[in-house]
Amino acid sequence: MYRYDEFDHDFVKARVADFSDQVERRLAGEITEDQFRPLRLMNGVYLQLHAYMLRIAVPYGTLSSKQMRMLGHIARKYDKGYGHFTTRQNIQFNWPALSDIPAILADLASVEMHAIQTSGNCIRNVTADHFAGAAADEVADPRPYAEILRQWSSVHPEFSYLPRKFKIAVTGAERDRAAIQTHDIGLHLKKNEKGELGFAVYIGGGQGRTPMVAKKIRDFLPEQHLLSYTTAILRVYNLHGRRDNKYKARIKILVHETGVDEIIRQVEHEWQALKDGELKLPEADVAAIQSYFAPPALTARPEGDEAIKLARLDSKSFGDWVDQNVFTHGNPDYAAVTISLKGIGEVPGDATDSQMHAVADIAEKFGFDEIRVSHEQNLILPHVARADLKAVYDALVAIDLATANSNLISDIIACPGLDYCALANARSIPVAQEISRRFASLERQRDIGELKLKISGCINACGHHHVGHIGILGVEKKGAELYQVTLGGSADEHTTVGEIIGRGFGPEEITDAIETIVETYLGIRLDRSEKFLDAYRRVGPAPFKEALYASEAKAA
Amino acid sequence: MKILTANRLTDGEAVWFAADGSWAETIDVAETVGDKAGEARLEAIGKAAYDNNEVVDVNLIDVSVVNGAIQPLRLREVIRAAGPSNRLDLGKQARPAAGAA
Repeated sequence: MYRYDEFDHDFVKARVADFSDQVERRLAGEITEDQFRPLRLMNGVYLQLHAYMLRIAVPYGTLSSKQMRMLGHIARKYDKGYGHFTTRQNIQFNWPALSDIPAILADLASVEMHAIQTSGNCIRNVTADHFAGAAADEVADPRPYAEILRQWSSVHPEFSYLPRKFKIAVTGAERDRAAIQTHDIGLHLKKNEKGELGFAVYIGGGQGRTPMVAKKIRDFLPEQHLLSYTTAILRVYNLHGRRDNKYKARIKILVHETGVDEIIRQVEHEWQALKDGELKLPEADVAAIQSYFAPPALTARPEGDEAIKLARLDSKSFGDWVDQNVFTHGNPDYAAVTISLKGIGEVPGDATDSQMHAVADIAEKFGFDEIRVSHEQNLILPHVARADLKAVYDALVAIDLATANSNLISDIIACPGLDYCALANARSIPVAQEISRRFASLERQRDIGELKLKISGCINACGHHHVGHIGILGVEKKGAELYQVTLGGSADEHTTVGEIIGRGFGPEEITDAIETIVETYLGIRLDRSEKFLDAYRRVGPAPFKEALYASEAKAA
Repeated sequence: MKILTANRLTDGEAVWFAADGSWAETIDVAETVGDKAGEARLEAIGKAAYDNNEVVDVNLIDVSVVNGAIQPLRLREVIRAAGPSNRLDLGKQARPAAGAA
């Protein structure tokens, strides 16, 4: 894992001191809310419905056991015993007092964490494939490049006041698990025919009120040009991105309004002046960062297959969990494990302080001290010996985190919605909970197969509804909650934006509507191997519309 | 009818301006006003409290009074007054009712 150097330590300590002083002056009335708001946002402090909210950065979703324990400690000491893992691989606490935040930040700094740039019109936490450094199908670990981007973008003087927030994601595999095409910049780390590393570069993706799939502007950017090329993109955006209208300020709008060819011309023009300058990455520096991400020493554990075989005989639920939540590792003796934070009827992404401590212990004992947060709001143990899977499973059962539903319909992404969020128009969490309960049967979920359901409580789309196979968007209509359904979205290497299927549904109707959609799919699929998304792409919306609305059309 | 609400500066707690001149942690004691003059008076109180760094995010919100109980018209404000609807153990709804002790 990356370890802070002296510079990082000093930088974070200085920021804690700065912000502590700003909080103190705010509480003493020496600075106004208008003066303070941009300062608190730069440090991850929002004001929500019930309290302040603190969003803590988890760079590229990677945590050590010690860091996870600290999150548990913060949940217990300063909050209400739980935290919420987010789609930016971060964690949010929903109840901190402003007066406690300096102490929380000092605690975080002691484990090399902070809340810097988790809000504001700057470059946000760089996200990565949650199986990075472990997945069998990856070309190289993308996280060293995410770390290089983190260092470069932290309080970058030119890019701290962009027209709007800016999100970057990286993946190192063809199979995109980091949703890179929904980002302002998406980077796909790959090798060229000579075996050299570089990136396919995508720009202008995003969700919110104007969802757009990113456009590929370069098929192969040699790795040493990562920062010069990214700087060129940011410069073009910073200069031409709209500042007159918040809703048109993201780079996706600039790309759309300017045209891809012209944007490419501008970026390339800017880049020509930068590419051989000081931003060109020296090989030694890249290697130094890469060394932090060297995989742990994975000793041979060939007894895994036999151990799993025996344990399966003993426990069907263990077998189900292995089939659903265990992912192929680059080392055949090992596996990556998804710890579902989507227990049936639970709040997607929430974990209690005790669960955080227990996961830290499990990672320490069986997982080389490493934990990931996925953008799908689960936790990951990236390196577990297959021989230890049963022990890990048993430990997860003991803390109610062994639900075998990864990628199934109850593995729902949901934003906090109107239960917490000041921007929301409708609730998300209770909708997720009810759908999860309706489809509680694991047997039924597995029969349905892979189905990504995503819920947002407002058009800002924090719950990624646009790219859900089934997406649900909560809106407020005539003072009541109404849920619009989109179908056919996806956030993988073939990213698509879902299509609105028809009129929305009230809170008491939405779960039935989802069940109707699922039953319609089960009726039209060619066989069990045809997934929901594939079936939708084959037949289009017509049968789903018919099933949802035909009776009212007849009645009218 | 309208009432005045805000979040307390120090801890973000949702509060309502009460008839006794305090910022109360529960909505049931909020001062209701039914005319423009009353709204203007509450707005001035809110602005003064904001300027005095007692509260932030000050808003006048619509309510109705049903059987003597103040009920916000928007769900957002209902949830602010109670707590998260999925966690009845959190927020104001989890506290012992006034006078119950």
